[in-house]
Amino acid sequence: MDLFEDDEPAKADGNAPEFTVSELTGSVKKTLESAFGRVRVRGEVGRVITARSGHMYYDIKDDRNVVACNTWKGQVAGLGVVPEEGLEVIVTGKLSTFGPQSKYNINVDSVEVAGEGALLAMLEKRKAALAAEGLFAAERKKPLPYLPEIIGVITSPSGAVIRDILHRLRDRFPRKVLVWPVAVQGQSCAAEVARAVRGFNAMTEGGAMPRPDLLIVARGGGSIEDLWGFNEEIVARAVSDSDIPVISAVGHETDTTLVDFVSDVRAPTPTAAAELAVPVRLELLALVDQQGLRLRRAVTDAVGRRGERLRDLARALPRPDTLAEGPRQRLDTWGERLPVALRGVTAKKEVQLARLSLAPAALERRITEERRRVAALADRLGPALDKRLRDGRKEIRAMHLRPPDIARARERFTDRMARLQTVAERHQTKRATGLEALEKLRLTLGYEATLERGYAVVRGDGNVITGVVAAKTVDSLEIQFADGRVEVGAAARKPGRKAKPKDPPDEQGSLL
Amino acid sequence: MSETPVADMSFEEAIKELERVVTQLDRGDVALDESIALYERGAALKARCEAKLKEAEEKVAKLTLSQDGQPTGTVPLDG
Repeated sequence: MDLFEDDEPAKADGNAPEFTVSELTGSVKKTLESAFGRVRVRGEVGRVITARSGHMYYDIKDDRNVVACNTWKGQVAGLGVVPEEGLEVIVTGKLSTFGPQSKYNINVDSVEVAGEGALLAMLEKRKAALAAEGLFAAERKKPLPYLPEIIGVITSPSGAVIRDILHRLRDRFPRKVLVWPVAVQGQSCAAEVARAVRGFNAMTEGGAMPRPDLLIVARGGGSIEDLWGFNEEIVARAVSDSDIPVISAVGHETDTTLVDFVSDVRAPTPTAAAELAVPVRLELLALVDQQGLRLRRAVTDAVGRRGERLRDLARALPRPDTLAEGPRQRLDTWGERLPVALRGVTAKKEVQLARLSLAPAALERRITEERRRVAALADRLGPALDKRLRDGRKEIRAMHLRPPDIARARERFTDRMARLQTVAERHQTKRATGLEALEKLRLTLGYEATLERGYAVVRGDGNVITGVVAAKTVDSLEIQFADGRVEVGAAARKPGRKAKPKDPPDEQGSLL
Repeated sequence: MSETPVADMSFEEAIKELERVVTQLDRGDVALDESIALYERGAALKARCEAKLKEAEEKVAKLTLSQDGQPTGTVPLDG
């Protein structure tokens, strides 16, 4: 400081030692750093440049002055709030100089948003930007699984929030829960939450650390500063990119953070998140039971209804005997009418026949007619015969008879006649001889020959009698001898003619 | 009927299918044979639903993380 204490510049010029630029610059740097050290400065962020190297250069300003700020690449992650143009912030860092440009600046390692109003203003800006990108669009929202198998919870492992969630899950439907521990406030909050969301998505289904099918991002209530991590863009983008449906439950119902806009469902409280996550098991059991009852009733009804219909139809079905009744009645009716009809027809025909009664006059007429025809034919017969005769005669006359033919014919005729005579005589003789032999045989076989030897034939009423019984029944007996027949007892038997068959023995007795 | 075997169905699929089956049977216009088949399917679906509801097992684990924030394993966590 003594460098500038001389208040007599003209005199001092001569005595003042000379500095090189670098000496001065170095001296200024030393002086500034030792005099100020770490400073906290409040101001509005001006132009922000992030170099390709990753270092950030920006200004903070008030209505009159500007202070240059820089944050090295390695420091950016720990800033807490990334400076944005127009944002009212309080930066903390070391005041230093930048010799090459004769500038002084603050190397900022922490940025806070200055006041709630500023924070809300920044939030609105981010919201607008993300909304413009379509990150809040309704069609991006994924439906929650009806009954998730594994629920991933991103929250602080200690504290009321996780206890509330687990408690409510247990009440409704105990599930597998995987808790990814994160800081829910402070500078590392946003980065940890974002990493947890992406980390759960990177898990494989059924692996050693099985991938959840539902995520809950939860935090209890707090000030806007406390909840600020959930307003960070990296968290919003991680949740928006998540393939696993996300329920957000950050703060109380009145606190709305950016993550609530990108999550698939926003729950007002962590407890509400658990309620949205799983159905009530007992209700489901009741529902299943009820469906089972309806199922049984429906199938029982279906069978019952059909049985009823079958019975109804069976009742309506005519019995076999009644089925035949109608036809049988018809058969009876017609059967009765048949003989009546027959008799009717016969009677009718009889009447017709009677009406036809043969008329003798008609017959006579017919006979007369026929007679006339015969007479006419007879009349024609005579002349026709005459004509034929005349014609025949004419033919004969026309025939030229030749004498030699006649002579030859006569010769042949005579010859034939002679042969015929001879043959006829021969036959005659042969037959006569045969006849004689047969007669002799007949006489030997016939009974007449035996008569001559003393036998006789008895006849009664013309028949041959061969026994006593037959003899007793006839009126008279006739005996044939070789030389003739004689009637026996004809006179004596005459009165017994009409006698009963009993009587003959007596008469027979007298007879014999 | 759906081609998903009942045994592979999630609870939600099974209960939805069960409701469909019951509604169909309730209408009473299905053929008798079909209604028996539907009943059997409904019974299988109900069993599936009940099995899924019985699986209500609570298991809470906390991930352990490495220094760079990557999960390394799980430890039980008491709610």
